[in-house]
Amino acid sequence: MSTITTDPHAHGDHHEEHHHSPPAGLKRWLYTTNHKDIGTLYLLFALTMFFIGGAMAMVIRAELFQPGLQLVQADFFNQMTTVHGLIMVFGAVMPAFTGLANWLIPMMVGAPDMALPRMNNWSFWILPFAFSILLASLFMEGGGPGFGWTFYAPLSTKYSGDSTALFVFSVHIMGISSIMGAINVIVTIFNLRAPGMTWMKMPLFVWTWLITAFLLIAVMPVLAGTVTMVLTDKYFGTSFFDAAGGGDPVLFQHIFWFFGHPEVYIMILPAFGIVSSIVPTFARKPLFGYASMVYATSSIALLSFLVWAHHMFTTGMPVFAELFFMYCTMLIAVPTGVKVFNWVATMWRGAMTFEVPMMFALAFIVLFTIGGLSGLMLAITPADFQYHDTYFVVAHFHYVLVTGAIFSIIAAAYYWLPKWTGHMYDESLGQWHFWCSLISVNMLFFPMHFVGLAGMPRRIPDYALQFADFNAFISIGGFAFGLSQLIFVWVLVKCIRGGEKATNQVWEGAEGLEWELSSPPPYHSFTTPPHVK
Amino acid sequence: MADSQQHIAQPNHKPLIKKLLVITLAMFGFGYALVPLYDVFCDLTGINGKTSSMAATADKAVVDLKREITVEFLARPNADMPWLFKPQTQKIKVHPGEIKLVYYEAENITAATMTGQAVPSVAPGQAALYLNKMECFCFNQQVLTAGQKLLMPLQFYVDPALPEQFSTITLSYTLYDMTKHSQPETVAALIPTGGNHE
Amino acid sequence: MAKTSRYRCTLLSLLFVETAAAAELPLNMTKGVTDISHQVYDLHMTILYVCCAIGLVVFGAMFWAILHHRKAKGVQPAQFHESTKVEILWTAIPVVILVVMAIPATKTLIAMEDTSDAEVTILVTGSQWKWHYKYLDYPVEYYSLLATPQKQIQNKIAKGENYLLEVDRPLVIPTGKKVRFLMTSDDVIHSWWVPAFAVKKDANPGYINESWAKVNVPGIYRGQCAELCGKDHGFMPVVVIAKEPAEFESWIQQQAETQAKAKAAEQELLSMNMTMAEAMALGEKTYLGYCAACHQPGGQGLPGAFPALKGSKMATTATELAAHIDIVLNGKSGTAMQAFGKQLTLQEIAAVITYERNAWDNNTGDLVQAAAIHAAKTGNKE
Repeated sequence: MSTITTDPHAHGDHHEEHHHSPPAGLKRWLYTTNHKDIGTLYLLFALTMFFIGGAMAMVIRAELFQPGLQLVQADFFNQMTTVHGLIMVFGAVMPAFTGLANWLIPMMVGAPDMALPRMNNWSFWILPFAFSILLASLFMEGGGPGFGWTFYAPLSTKYSGDSTALFVFSVHIMGISSIMGAINVIVTIFNLRAPGMTWMKMPLFVWTWLITAFLLIAVMPVLAGTVTMVLTDKYFGTSFFDAAGGGDPVLFQHIFWFFGHPEVYIMILPAFGIVSSIVPTFARKPLFGYASMVYATSSIALLSFLVWAHHMFTTGMPVFAELFFMYCTMLIAVPTGVKVFNWVATMWRGAMTFEVPMMFALAFIVLFTIGGLSGLMLAITPADFQYHDTYFVVAHFHYVLVTGAIFSIIAAAYYWLPKWTGHMYDESLGQWHFWCSLISVNMLFFPMHFVGLAGMPRRIPDYALQFADFNAFISIGGFAFGLSQLIFVWVLVKCIRGGEKATNQVWEGAEGLEWELSSPPPYHSFTTPPHVK
Repeated sequence: MADSQQHIAQPNHKPLIKKLLVITLAMFGFGYALVPLYDVFCDLTGINGKTSSMAATADKAVVDLKREITVEFLARPNADMPWLFKPQTQKIKVHPGEIKLVYYEAENITAATMTGQAVPSVAPGQAALYLNKMECFCFNQQVLTAGQKLLMPLQFYVDPALPEQFSTITLSYTLYDMTKHSQPETVAALIPTGGNHE
Repeated sequence: MAKTSRYRCTLLSLLFVETAAAAELPLNMTKGVTDISHQVYDLHMTILYVCCAIGLVVFGAMFWAILHHRKAKGVQPAQFHESTKVEILWTAIPVVILVVMAIPATKTLIAMEDTSDAEVTILVTGSQWKWHYKYLDYPVEYYSLLATPQKQIQNKIAKGENYLLEVDRPLVIPTGKKVRFLMTSDDVIHSWWVPAFAVKKDANPGYINESWAKVNVPGIYRGQCAELCGKDHGFMPVVVIAKEPAEFESWIQQQAETQAKAKAAEQELLSMNMTMAEAMALGEKTYLGYCAACHQPGGQGLPGAFPALKGSKMATTATELAAHIDIVLNGKSGTAMQAFGKQLTLQEIAAVITYERNAWDNNTGDLVQAAAIHAAKTGNKE
């Protein structure tokens, strides 16, 4: 591959308002069409939402610290669990991945920018409005949405407050934002790859994001349809989900989970891409089974459309349907297993070092696998009748989403931060962040398996006395995990403000086009397309 | 050079963007299409235990004297529906193919004319496919004036093709208040239905 | 050992009621008391062990590599990155493991879903936030509400042993007989769950679901609603008492008699007038049991969700009395306000309306009698 020297001031305008160097102040961020600026905005937004959603988790854990109702009342508790879920899914994890895609995909495929820069600006700037609406609804009379992030009808239709309308509106905006982001990613990858960057030479992060983007445009419109049906059922007299008018409340769950299960993979496939980038770098050895990784990711994506009803085993499906969804769900373990085995094989006989990104990636592999194995247990229908809607499920999806998705995002941040800022982060602070997070996150989520098996239902503000000791322990873990993330902010601020100068390659074993650019990279990544050998 | 590349590349995006937008719109439509698809799927497999909303004919009614099926009748007015509503017969034993007629009683104990709609559901769900109703009050809405009692017929037979594992079929009706959704002019009330409560 | 600690526990709980909080903490799924629940438990343990074994192998290999294949040890990284043989192997092995796991799972599932030939059938109806049980083979039906006092929930008094897992009237079933549960709901989706029976089934409004249990051991079994059903989702427990068939038979006969008597007595009660004090006492009890979850113990409601009764037009003006009676009797269509005419006795309705019109400074002085409710229910159609 050629080494590229780029000077951001060396060429003319692309667009009427597209400057080579950023204008100063607020306008730079409001009007920016630059993939790096927008990526930064997405990441900062996700971080903010992570702390807002986290604050809600702290309220939940504080209330559950002891049995009885102490801090909040039951209806507010429900609003906290609901909005915590919505914020973390749509406000933290998804925008963080979109931010990473914005920053990295053009650099990884050798493009100057994203393909549709102005749409890129829009897709970010409607997000703050969506979440302002959602958060503001908490302050209206009767409070915000309290029907869970899954908003099952008829709790969300006939029996909900008027904040439902705001909820629907904000979900619509989030959906539009995600779809625009996904279209941008697909067009960039299809049309702006550098010469020689064939499909099977693309970095896995690009591959997984491409598949994610297709999942997004396939299911976000279905979510939009679902919330619209909720809205018309509540306010305009339709009866999609009302038995009285010929509808069926279980239909809601089918449509929702038809969106919801692929959504789960939307939140984990990019994480696979990140880990597949980090592990080879620090093992100083190429990724094992690149092609099988691509095929495994694609088959996970395809299977995700066939397993939605495993969220609904207790709704009363006939045996044949339960068996079908059980078998399909179990089948997902195969490609997921292949991925984990490939990562381990990549490490095998490598020469590993353990910088912070690698530590988070290793933690990801172990803890995500634990979440995957509990997922396999949940797939077994007869056992699921006992697990369903208990803390066992809460433990399961927090293992895949917190120690899975969020750990991968943090790993990515540490991994590419020197590239983005041009400075090395503080390694020892980063190690502190890692170890504090690792210990506290397991204190937080591991005991949830036990309380769930012992019979504690999820989404309850108060519980029977036998769960008291464990819940107190879990809450302490929760507060510790929340505090640990402040170290992360400290590391970020320190790194952005200065630090040891990063080289272009940053990491000894790093490979890929983004490491050939300067650190920090020029404003327009590859103004001359590199040639990939 | 970068300029020219961008200017050439830019228009090329349009066909792809168009395709992606078509997929997006199609998937939005698909979300809605899931509603009728679900109904069709339920009619084929009986996964939600709903019986057909159309009158059946008796052409499959060849009586199978060797088998006996217990059919249970349940009736429940929904919580916000003040009518009395119950089956005259709790349960009967029938041979598959045998045509039976049973009655349900409904009484509007309020002081206003009201409209009710009974919604059927069958357990086990798959048996719904084999419960053929030739006449059912659930096909229509019922309008009862204050204090009016009504005997409502249900004529049905069990399809002889009912799989062996089913020996009991429970047919449940939930009665809903549809007064607001049907003819608002008939809601002549001596006592307001609580409309000014909020 | 367990015995002594339990003994100590009881002893201490006599001294400090709080120590009831030190109830034994189970760490695993219950084995339960039905054949099915035993099968489910075995299945759960099998998958758990399989998962642990997989975890040991995978993480073992990983940690071996972490310990030995590190740069600090001066190793040179190998450069292999492909092996179709290995890939096929670790695709095939999981498939075999999954098939082995699917076989017992399928068997258990088919057994669980076979609801045929039940000896007792009970209709379980969920509503915000209580359960209703109706025996289809006996003239017995009743509501089952949380029995834990509000004061315990609000931490005003010490919590009892079965905090949040106790009800006023538990469901009673016979042991050794196949009992079929038909589930449905009056409003939102609830889920009826008794871990000891491995029964968890959603109660969907307008639809019926079914499940069954054949309990081997007499005893008291506790569970909870498992599907988020609104504000008091955490406060609608399920309690089932399993009795020997003979005991069950005599219990249910007695219930049938009591319920028949209560119905007959209701007619007699029509001519009896309650005093204001009696009505307020019964009214308060009824209000706290049935109304306070939404309208709040202080009658202030929850703005935006449930209307206030305190100072409301309906509960304070004389012209609205008929409307007040009507909404309690017949409910309000399309809202969470149920028709209580079928849930409460005439006297309870009269008392609760009296209470609502006189408590919390509503002081209307109205005293409503059962006869008036009876008239509203039947007579005033002229």
